[in-house]
Amino acid sequence: MESATPSSERARLAVAGARANVEAALGRQPRGDVIRTNVFAGLLLAAILVALAGLVALLAQALVEGAPALSPSLLTEPPSTIDTANAGFRPALIGSVMMIAFVFVLIVPLGVGAAVYLEEYADGTRWWNRLIEVNIQNLAAVPSIIYGILGLGFIVRGPLGIGFILLAGSITLALLVLPIVIIASREAIRAVPPSIREGSMALGATRWQTTRRQVLPAAIPGIATGVILAISRALGEAAPLLLVGATVFVTFNPEPFSGNYSALPVQIFQYATRPQEDFQTLAAAGIILMLAVLLAMNSFAIWLRNRYEQKW
Amino acid sequence: MEASGIGGSGPGDLGRRLEAPSARTSEKVIGGLLAACAVISVITTTAIVISLIGPTIGFFGDVSLGEFFSTDWTPTFEPPSFGVLDIVAGTVSVTLWGCLFAIPIGLAAAIYLSEYASRRVRRVVKPILEVLAGIPTVALGFFAATFLIPIIQDVWPGEFLGGADSPFMALAAGLGIGLLIVPIIASISEDAMSAVPQGLREGAYAMGATRARVATRVVFPAALSGIVASIVLAISRAVGETMIVVLAAGSTPNFSLNPVESVQALTSFIATTATGDIAQGSVTYDSIFAAGTVLFLMTLAMNMISIRLVRRYRQVYE
Repeated sequence: MESATPSSERARLAVAGARANVEAALGRQPRGDVIRTNVFAGLLLAAILVALAGLVALLAQALVEGAPALSPSLLTEPPSTIDTANAGFRPALIGSVMMIAFVFVLIVPLGVGAAVYLEEYADGTRWWNRLIEVNIQNLAAVPSIIYGILGLGFIVRGPLGIGFILLAGSITLALLVLPIVIIASREAIRAVPPSIREGSMALGATRWQTTRRQVLPAAIPGIATGVILAISRALGEAAPLLLVGATVFVTFNPEPFSGNYSALPVQIFQYATRPQEDFQTLAAAGIILMLAVLLAMNSFAIWLRNRYEQKW
Repeated sequence: MEASGIGGSGPGDLGRRLEAPSARTSEKVIGGLLAACAVISVITTTAIVISLIGPTIGFFGDVSLGEFFSTDWTPTFEPPSFGVLDIVAGTVSVTLWGCLFAIPIGLAAAIYLSEYASRRVRRVVKPILEVLAGIPTVALGFFAATFLIPIIQDVWPGEFLGGADSPFMALAAGLGIGLLIVPIIASISEDAMSAVPQGLREGAYAMGATRARVATRVVFPAALSGIVASIVLAISRAVGETMIVVLAAGSTPNFSLNPVESVQALTSFIATTATGDIAQGSVTYDSIFAAGTVLFLMTLAMNMISIRLVRRYRQVYE
């Protein structure tokens, strides 16, 4: 376009004319419209700020209320109703860690297996596969307390009948977060382009070989993100555990297959329901502890997603 | 991988290896195992229904339907009374206040993120909303009970509306739930608005529409099924929320929508009663499951509506 030939000169003039026309038209935009647009944008922004203010207030209040109780004894001491200055969360923390370990062991194979089946094996036009799909979407939105009822009626008592033990809590939580893992894993698997599968199949690999050596390795970041989100949900969930035995004031370290147990959010709930100032402080300190762990896990998940998100 | 170098084998070998891969038994076993993992979800639903149905049938052996759908819920009194509408009203009250807060805010956030925000702002705001979605409900409940209730008591215009001196109130629980469901509404609605084809917006701009008008008159209606789906899903989440309600709304069965009174919701009844000493097989024990059945049916209906609506907008634009 360096040389100013007559035709390009004409084109330049035409563009300039069109632009002047458009600018004249837009300049005639009524003042009211301009103001309304800006007011509207301001309102939208204000709404977001309200939500963010809620989050900030929640964090600040927990920090202010819980600060006096923040000490190593929070981690090392059992709960107590007498010596509240030195009471802590040790059995609940150990209970949570053990439970989360079981949840992890259960949800990774089951969740990824179900996702692989639905994405790689299932014929989506068959009614049973559609049933499974809708069923998983629905399970993801079933209230957590209903999972507590499932745990109480099916796992603690009823067909499984394993009693009010830590394992019952783990299975309940695992079933609760399984849909999260399945949905996230499906999305990760779906994001792997079909050409990868076709290439592998063309070289003679079977469906499972293709899945295991090509699709799954490519989907690992997405799957890992889903698993972390599921684990952090399980870690903060208290309601279903109230129904499957994690209610007692446990002062000793829990066992996985026998005896009473507690979990961090349940212990926080225990403290929070007691009106005395000391217990409220302990509850707030517990919340700081829990939020710190969750924030670390969630940030890691987001980092993982951004770092390894593959654009094909 | 038992195939070891096709080049070195005879033609007969080659023919054998070109068999359809699915004929291998190990492949079939693996496919079966994977299907079994998926079937666990169906078993879970079945188990939920089974664990609800048995005790619920037992419950209705003792309590008539007429009594159940009335308004006096005192299962631990002597004689007990099981009028479920009391605790349904508690659930409705808390959900109502939560939605009045969360729907405008969530939708505003969605419109802003989808139509106004620069890429950079979106990259910052979206993860923060995700953090809000990840706050455990016991922390939100504690926040509602110890931070929101004193504030509401301070600002409540008692001379017009009656005193707000209850230590628990539906409004505080509602606001706590509101914070919980804002991210749900915002993220699903934003998803639906982003799926609206760019051409619709460009067409409207070409006709001289302002940005606000494009957002409210073009994008919003085009994304409506997704927006409604997000709201229905959020309501379902609010109805099923337990810890916030237990901590902030108390446990007084109360057939009332008064925002500053203590109410008991279906979920908080289940949680508080199940943690007490209740004999298995008693009517009170069975009433936990009856309340659970009501809750399950309510949320199931809403989830199905929302799943259907999401599918609709996905079909239209993708």
